[in-house]
This record gives sequence, structure tokens and C-alpha cells, in this order.
Amino acid sequence: MSDALQIKNITVNYGGFIALNQVNLQIDAHTTLGLVGESGSGKSTLAKVVAGLVTPDEGEVRFSEQVLRKRRTRMQHKAIQMVFQNPDASLNPKHTVRQILSEGLLFHHIVPRSQLMDRCRELLALVHLDEDALVRYPYAFSGGQRQRIAIARAISVEPNLLIADEPTSALDVSVQLSVLELLHRLKEKLNLTMLFISHDMGVINAVCDTVAVMRQGRIIEVSPKEQFFLHPKADYSYQLLSAVPRMPIFNR
Amino acid sequence: MMSMSTILEINQLSLATTNKKQLVTDVSLAVGKGKTIGIVGESGSGKSLTLRAIIQLLPPTIIKVGGTIRCESSCAMIFQDPVSALDPLCPVVRQVAEVVSYRQHLSRKTSRTKALELLALLGLPEDLKRNDRYPHQLSGGQRQRVLIAIALACRPGILLCDEPTTALDVTVQKQILELLAKLQRELNFALVFVTHNLAIASALCTKLYVMKEGRIVEQGRTQDILANPQHAYTKMLIDSVLHLPDLKGVIAGE
Amino acid sequence: MLLLLVSLAVFAPLISRYQPAAQNLADILRPSSANHWLGTDQLGRDLFTRLIYAARTDLRIMILAEILPFCTGIFLGMLAGYYGKWIDALVTLMTNTLIAFPFYLIVIVVAFASGAGERGIYITFALVGWIVFARVVKGLSASLRKQEWVASAKVLGLPDSRILLFHILPNVLPQAIVVLMTDMVGLLVAIVTLGYLGIGIAPPTPDWGTMISEGQTFIYSKWWLSTIPGFAVVYTGIALSLIGDGLADLWRRK
Repeated sequence: MSDALQIKNITVNYGGFIALNQVNLQIDAHTTLGLVGESGSGKSTLAKVVAGLVTPDEGEVRFSEQVLRKRRTRMQHKAIQMVFQNPDASLNPKHTVRQILSEGLLFHHIVPRSQLMDRCRELLALVHLDEDALVRYPYAFSGGQRQRIAIARAISVEPNLLIADEPTSALDVSVQLSVLELLHRLKEKLNLTMLFISHDMGVINAVCDTVAVMRQGRIIEVSPKEQFFLHPKADYSYQLLSAVPRMPIFNR
Repeated sequence: MMSMSTILEINQLSLATTNKKQLVTDVSLAVGKGKTIGIVGESGSGKSLTLRAIIQLLPPTIIKVGGTIRCESSCAMIFQDPVSALDPLCPVVRQVAEVVSYRQHLSRKTSRTKALELLALLGLPEDLKRNDRYPHQLSGGQRQRVLIAIALACRPGILLCDEPTTALDVTVQKQILELLAKLQRELNFALVFVTHNLAIASALCTKLYVMKEGRIVEQGRTQDILANPQHAYTKMLIDSVLHLPDLKGVIAGE
Repeated sequence: MLLLLVSLAVFAPLISRYQPAAQNLADILRPSSANHWLGTDQLGRDLFTRLIYAARTDLRIMILAEILPFCTGIFLGMLAGYYGKWIDALVTLMTNTLIAFPFYLIVIVVAFASGAGERGIYITFALVGWIVFARVVKGLSASLRKQEWVASAKVLGLPDSRILLFHILPNVLPQAIVVLMTDMVGLLVAIVTLGYLGIGIAPPTPDWGTMISEGQTFIYSKWWLSTIPGFAVVYTGIALSLIGDGLADLWRRK
């Protein structure tokens, strides 16, 4: 069973506004695809379509050779998980970390109830958080820590595809780097296929194998990373890349 | 230390909340006429508060507990979020004209003409002359241009920018930064630029102040700091900038 | 404050030496004395005893009458807010229709249909009382629905029932309880008003409303007969509001 994702002719209309227009995209198994584009280009909508939060008006999403329909099976739900942008809003404020982590574990019968606590501790260790976090509520954590908890929740159900929707854009640069490293390491360790959305070219360059550029609801370029950053095919990609502020290079 | 051309000088500024929590400690900085300085730091480092202290716009729960701010010229400020900084129920030309008439004591008609001149200078569409628009009818970049117009209507000697491009897309960010640099050359105001983005700050500013937890941990000429950072925090900031390979494209993009 | 009242009401038979309906025609309309702390009424019943027994009746009705609308209100509000679309439209239609009728009109109609007394209050309140809860909860759940943790619960594949029960409910409950407190004040006033008008609790069951109306005849000579139960109503109202405010503060700080 290959963990490849195929998106075919997806169109999404939001009351007359075309958010996605005949989008075709393919992510090879165990690779990371970076989706870039400016605000309003439809990146997040595409992520929601893959995650099953938005039902497309046309087209289909296939994962591991299965068509994902409006109502997904439990296995299909389990296979695709998502990490969101805003660390303040991605955890239920009334739940402890233990509740947050164990919900998916129990629902998908990942571990028997007797091993639940052990598993929660393992998950926290994976994202470099202390065990005593289990009894605390989300407000007791910083933005970066919350994002780690959200990542732990996403990987708790042992997904095959992880969608990360701007997971670091609300974080400070120093924290951003550690979260990116964490995601990269987990991806290697768990052999994940990843859809990584960001407007930050630096972040995309750091984590992705392939880059896709979106503009106004369409994919306008898909290239391997090395090629994209050196010789982008589309005019617009070139504009995007040249607009990124760069550090002047000084001799160190 | 104070030279003739210094236009803004802050000496040992300290800020605290009303219940004695120290937020900014002993911050000193100086800006020369027409010069650009950058204050970099992460969220919560006190960089925005320092900026707000200069134009006396501190939140009511935060007070100045020490230090002096000496300002030779009028200041104007541009905020991070152009949506909440504009009055949503007032068309933009009127908002600009209002500031013009108030700050430059002009009649309503001339201030409107002035406002339109300013907006044209900032590259906003010509047809605003005929039909004025409400802020929500403009794009993010256009709204930020309107904000800059309002700031310039005060004819400031110093322009304070609080993360003016953080909420914008990269291509728009580039335009706004270029615009600011161009305006500065033409109007010769000093620029105090607050950002968490080291790349932007180093491209724009001649002098950098690095802030952490309410203190300035390092300061100096931009190139010196980048080439030879002294403080561990500065090094960490520089290391966490994600580099991109240089473009080798041959397409005529610009 | 409320604790004092509730304990007085609960332990009424232990505290008072008299039966609330026991008449003593030899001892009518007495002022306060050692035997009768608050005096007696026109039928020689002990006012203090009647006061605390009335508290029993009124508080009991108040709480019982709130249970059903509290639950239905939260239930319908969550459904409407979470799903939106036609469920929202339906609930809104129902609330708007019911709001169009004045509360007391409905009570009077129900009282005529089912006979005066407690039952009328329960039925009326079950009919209209849920509206306030539904509205508050609907607004809250509609905004919670867009939160990313709800989205992540959906991505986990959790069924809607579970999301509503374990995720949305704990987040709307605090607000709903605050509303409950203020709503109870209104209900208490309603019960008392109905008693006063004679279509609520029927004598001889003690009730603050009937006590006020019975004492009204003697308002010039024996002012305390009406005034003291009136104060009891005010006291309870203030107690409930304070609790509501306190809870709201507590939860807001968190």
C-alpha cells in the first residue's frame, strides 16, 4: 500500500467565489510537498479538502489508491491528520493535555486503555515535552509548546499523511526552527507523507522535497525543490522568490 | 555622545505595568536626522512598547518608571495591522484629509487636494479622486499605503514603523519596503523600524538594536552585528534565519 | 448570601415553631415580638414562618422550572450554532415567534388552560424559558465551530455527537450558567408577580407574591406585612446576580 496522495480536478466554490479551480496535484509516498502562495490563493482550502473539512464541488481526492468520499471510514480518518496555524486556537482550552492526547488514541483503538498513560508519555517525549505537562491545560504553555502538543495529537493516531498548515508562522523565529526540525525528524521516523503549507520561502526550502505554487485557486508550478529555488518555471514564482528579503552576506 | 544631528534620543527608558512588573529596562537609543535604525527582537521583548513610549501611546496599565525621551521633531507611527488602524466606517480619502487639515491647519478643500496628492505619491489608484473607498474595499497593501499617507500627513521628522509588513504578502512587503526607502530619500525623515525579521531590518537599516526581555543586548552598525555578533542571543537570531539559494533565473521578473 | 436563604428554606420546619398555615385568630396583625419575630398577619399566622416557608416554595419552583428550559436551550443552541444552516433557521424562527408574545400573556393563557398554580409556571417556562439559553449558546457555539481544535477533532474522525458533548459543551456551559443565574432572578420575579396577581401559587401555600398582595390591604397601618416579603425577593435577586457576576469573573480570568 503506497501512501501517495492524488488530487484530481478539485473545484471549490464559496458562494460564487472560486477558491479552488480545477486543481491537480500529486504527492509521492513519503515525500514532503511544500505548497506556497500568497493569502487568498487557496492553499488552506486545499488542505481542508484533503483533511475532509471541506467537501469539494467537483473532483476527487485519492489516498493510497482509495477515493476519499464525503463520509470517510474510520481508517481513512486515521490516515490523514493535520496541524493548524494558530497555536492559541488549536487546543480545546477546557481539556488537559492528557485528554487532548488520549482522545484520538482511544477513539481509534491505537492502544488498550491500560497502556494509555504510557503512550501519552511517549508522545510527549517525542515532541520534547515533560511528563508533568499531562495534567496541565493549554493556557499554561507557550505558543511553541502548544504547537508541539498539537503535533503530538496529530501523530498519536499513527497517520500516513500529515498536513501542516502554516505550523510555524505564528511563532518566533527561534522557536520556528525547533518546530521545523521536530516535524522533519518525525517525518523521517514515522515515514510520513507530508503536505506542508507556508507562505515563507525559507521554511519551504528547509523542509520540502517538491514545491507547488498556487495563485488564485490554481496550481501554476510544481517543481523539485532544487530546481524551484534556482530556476523557477513560472514568472510568478520568480517574483515571489525575488521578493523575499535576504540577509546581506558579510564575511564571518 | 549626543551629536548635532540627533533627532531622537532615548536615555535609560524603563517601563513597567501598574503592578510593578518590569517590561522594559534601561533602553537607550539615538537616531540621527534622516537615518534609519532597526529594533529587532522576538515577541514580548518590549520593542513595540519602546516605540509606543516615544509617541506616548502606552496602554493605560503600563507606565514609564524611569529615563528620558527627547524628541526634536514630530513623530508619526505606522502599525502592524492596517485593518484595525483605519476607521472602517470612513472613506479613506476623508480619513487622510482629516489628518491633513488637523495637522497642517488647512481648509477642507485644500486638505482634500493635499490628501489626494499624498495618496498618489504612495501609488494608490487615481480613481480615488472620483469615488472614495472604504477601507474594506482596499487590499492589505493598499490599506498600509493609506496608513503611511496618514502618517506622512503629519509631516513627521521621525517615522516609527511597528512591524509594518508582517501582515502582508511577500511581494507586497517588498513594494512597501521599497516605497518607504524612496519616501525617506525624498522627504528626509528618520525611520525607526521595529521588526522580528532580521533580514528586513538588515536590508533597510544602517544601525541595529537587538532587544531581549526588555533590554538592549546588542547594538551597532548592521554589518558589524551581522558579521561579528557578540551576544549569544544575536547569534541565535542570525542562525535561525532560513537561507535561500540564490536565484539563477533568467526570466525578466522586474 | 444565597446559602443563608437556601438553608433557611431547607430547614424551615426545624427553625420555626409554627405551621405556616396555622391560624391563630386571637393573635392577628401583631408587630414584632419575642413569640413572633416578625409579627403575625391578618389570620394570626406567624410572618417569619410564612416567609421562610414561602422561600421554600418559590426557590423550589424557580429551580425546577429552570431545569428543562436550561437543558433544551443549551441543546437547541448548540445544534443551531454548530450546524448552522436549516437547524439555525428553524431555531431562530422558533425563538422569534415566541419572543413576539409577551411572557405574562402566555402565562395567563396557560394558567387558564391548565388551572392556576405551579403547573402553569412550569409549562410556560418550558415553552419560553429556553430562548435565552439557546441564543447565548448558539452564538458561542457558532464561534467555537470555527476554532481549529474543533477542526482537529473532526480530522481525527470523531462523530459530531462526541464533538458537541465533549468539546463544545464544556466551553459553553460556564456562560450558560451565568445566564442561568440572571434568568433565575427574572423567573423569581415572575413567580412572585403571578402570586401577587392571584394566578400563580394558590393560597394557602405560602408564597412571597401572595403575601405581598394579602398584606397590601394593611399597607398604611401594618407596613411590614408587604414590605418584608418584598425585601426577601430583592435579597434573593441580588444574591443570584452576585453569584452570576462572581462566576463570570472567575471564568473570565482563567
